[in-house]
Amino acid sequence: MLLEISHPLELFKLTAWLDSMLRSLMPDWGALLIEFVLIGLVLLLAYAVIALALIYIERKITAFFQCRLGPNRVGKYGIIQSVADMVKILLKEIIPIDHVDKILFYLAPFFVIVSSMLTFGALPFGNGLHVVDFNIGLFYLIAVSSLSIIGVLLAGWSSNNKYSMIGAMRSGAQFISYELSAGLSLMTIAVLSGSLQLSTIVESQTYVYHWNLFRGHIPALIAFVIYLIAGHAETNRGPFDLPEAESELTAGYHTEYSGLQFGFFYLAEYLNMFIIAGIATTVFLGGWNPVQIEGWNGFNEVMNWIPSYVWFFAKTGVLIFLSLWVRWTFPRLRIDQLLNLEWKYLLPINLVNLVVMAVLVVFGLYIK
Amino acid sequence: MIEQVIFYILAFFIVGFSLLAVTERRIIRASVYLLFVLLGTAGLYLILEYHFLAAAQVAVYAGGIMVLFVFSILLTDHPGAEVKYEKPKRMIISAFAALAGIAICGHIIYYNVSRAYQYIAQGEIDMKDLGMTLMGTGKYQYMLPFEAISLLLLACIIGGILIARKK
Repeated sequence: MLLEISHPLELFKLTAWLDSMLRSLMPDWGALLIEFVLIGLVLLLAYAVIALALIYIERKITAFFQCRLGPNRVGKYGIIQSVADMVKILLKEIIPIDHVDKILFYLAPFFVIVSSMLTFGALPFGNGLHVVDFNIGLFYLIAVSSLSIIGVLLAGWSSNNKYSMIGAMRSGAQFISYELSAGLSLMTIAVLSGSLQLSTIVESQTYVYHWNLFRGHIPALIAFVIYLIAGHAETNRGPFDLPEAESELTAGYHTEYSGLQFGFFYLAEYLNMFIIAGIATTVFLGGWNPVQIEGWNGFNEVMNWIPSYVWFFAKTGVLIFLSLWVRWTFPRLRIDQLLNLEWKYLLPINLVNLVVMAVLVVFGLYIK
Repeated sequence: MIEQVIFYILAFFIVGFSLLAVTERRIIRASVYLLFVLLGTAGLYLILEYHFLAAAQVAVYAGGIMVLFVFSILLTDHPGAEVKYEKPKRMIISAFAALAGIAICGHIIYYNVSRAYQYIAQGEIDMKDLGMTLMGTGKYQYMLPFEAISLLLLACIIGGILIARKK
């Protein structure tokens, strides 16, 4: 009853109603089948819509960073510019290229996009909006996101273009290195929360001082910063954009791709930025939990009126803004600086940090 | 019923891509087919509700080892060149070797598969249990083998550095 009053806009009642209605109309397997198809459609739709929104947001924010106006012709404030771009890219011709390995060339974009779609299925978007809640959720996220690099390597090689090839090799070295840091910093938090299941991790972060970022104070803060850096590097965006550095490599590993194939790489890049921010939100910033402060009951009640998915997207949005800020502030790193940063600084700090966190948990020094 | 259908689909997928991986003459394509085989195996673990093993399969084999495979194949001379067939005599010998391997594995699996059921826990294995078993020092716990393997890996890393180091 309390939940019904304080969470008026949540979607879990709607999904439960849909489920019971389907089950009353048909046998179990039919209901399940329809639900699977529906969930798949909703996820695909969310994928496309989030990408469009991100592209618009990025262009607008970039414009403000560079003292320009950004898109402002299609619709008020250029708000449907990215829809127009989407229509354009759907209509574009896919140019067949001679002397490429046909199978691998056409296969490569799918690796990249499928791996980010797989991650999408396990992210908790809100209360009751969590598609698959694996026992090992965090590990699953790390595992499937490591698949995309194969797509990049294959794209670079099969394009039969030396710029693509150099871009792919750089991307491979970068991704393999920074994956370590990202995984280790998430592991630090797994030590703190004692679970890999994303729903447990989210539910244990009710009040603000229970958010893993604050609960594990110093080591958690270090892990948070390292995760943001490593995650940002994994998405191949500046200052870590060596794989597609325009001034050196035309467009890196996707130089030879056109039309929707290029669109796949583009989409996956934006969605990876969202996914990194989403994972950071879930693991460090309390996921879809609203801002709750112990004792302030009136305030908590008001915050509960804002539905959980809005909280998730708001927190993710803040992190995405941070990532854009970094992207348009720092110049591109050289390859040796990039590798030094990971192997000589982030990784040793991370390892020590993990041990510190373990000591903290053993002696119960975290905020209870 | 549905599980069986999914199993057959996965089985055909795995068998098909294994055959392709062996018969393909371009090494880089073969490695991609091998990747599909490994992903299909992860699917089998998912049917068994052993999510940890599925994720480990994807992370270690598909995401780790296959990336290194592809990476090192790209560093070789002609990753896209077609490999020549061996001489007929060697083909026959290797066919016999492969058949012998299948026979031994098949024999072992056929006579021991029923025994494996005794050890299988019902339902999904909790991540905590797995961690305790791996890192515990009690009976049926694997702290010592775990540490021995980590020492072995450390030796490999140091060896690699020694070989790669410039004089």
